[in-house]
Amino acid sequence: MTDAWWWPYVMIIVAGWIATDMWRWLGVLAGGGLREDSELLIWVRSVATALVAGVIAKLILFPSGVLAETPMWLRIFAAACGFSAFLAARQKVIIGVLTGEAVLIVGWLLLGGV
Amino acid sequence: MSQPQTPAVSSPEDPDLPGRVWFFRGARAAISIPALILTAAFVGYAGLARESGLSLTETLLLTGLVWALPSIVVLTGAISSGMGIVPAAIAVALASVRLMPMTMALIPLVKVEGKTRRWQLLYISHFIAVTAWVHAMRNLPDLPREGRLPFFAGFGTALTSFVFCMTGVAYLVVERMPPMVAGALVLLTPVYFICSLWSAARLAADKAALLIGLVLGPFFYLLTPGLDLLWTGLVGGTLAYLITRYMRRGLL
Repeated sequence: MTDAWWWPYVMIIVAGWIATDMWRWLGVLAGGGLREDSELLIWVRSVATALVAGVIAKLILFPSGVLAETPMWLRIFAAACGFSAFLAARQKVIIGVLTGEAVLIVGWLLLGGV
Repeated sequence: MSQPQTPAVSSPEDPDLPGRVWFFRGARAAISIPALILTAAFVGYAGLARESGLSLTETLLLTGLVWALPSIVVLTGAISSGMGIVPAAIAVALASVRLMPMTMALIPLVKVEGKTRRWQLLYISHFIAVTAWVHAMRNLPDLPREGRLPFFAGFGTALTSFVFCMTGVAYLVVERMPPMVAGALVLLTPVYFICSLWSAARLAADKAALLIGLVLGPFFYLLTPGLDLLWTGLVGGTLAYLITRYMRRGLL
């Protein structure tokens, strides 16, 4: 069965689309009754923000592909420089992103590159 | 309802503008730095999909239907390794749980009581993924309430369509990226997320949740891989909420 041409499409629809969108649909049902100024919403937003922060930390500490070949301290340092530059530049996101990238690439080249 | 709102950066006639005007404004707002960063991430993914043996149709279907990069990467790995449909669905569902609190947090922002239809909310919910969510949490509060839902619908539709097309182009065109370019593209995403989440933070609780989540994420990843994001969200978010609530009004 797993060799049939249509099998990947069943996988994509069941294990991809349904498995992902059901959380969005549940979120619509559960979020519809929340008031914008309620304590419960502050907590829900904190949970969502912490979750996304967890995704961010994993991208920096345990990246996939060639970035994994750079030392972990360089990736953390580059991200920290980017965030500091963002704060120093009155919260201009583009400044933070460019600074982080510049630090990563310069550091990578100094360490011998790839 | 009758509370004075903070004046939005818009002209006085704005609340009466028809929805399609907001839709097109949202679509225009999608031409932005986040769109470029997300495109870069999906260009990187197209290479991964091709190396994993997915066809162009499968890659595009996966991109459009799932529309959350971490879940897409998980399912790509599952398909290419011949994993069964049940374990694959569980792995993807675990990678996607975060979408539920994210959606819950966004809905009260866009909903107009007594006017917004449920199908409209279900439609826009498909576009909720980290990039669009961060952009929405940061920018929607500045818009008049009636304009928020069509604006986000336009933003999400335009962003998804554009990235969808670029993923297809990248699948066909990009042979192999220079390693350093590919690596630098990967770091783009987290730095962008940190900066824009920080500027989207309206309360101390949001900032505390961001900082605590950054620390707890790797900790739970090593402790309970698979369930790590769930625990990071629940423990980190609750801690952030309780600490800042204590600072706001004392214990309980």
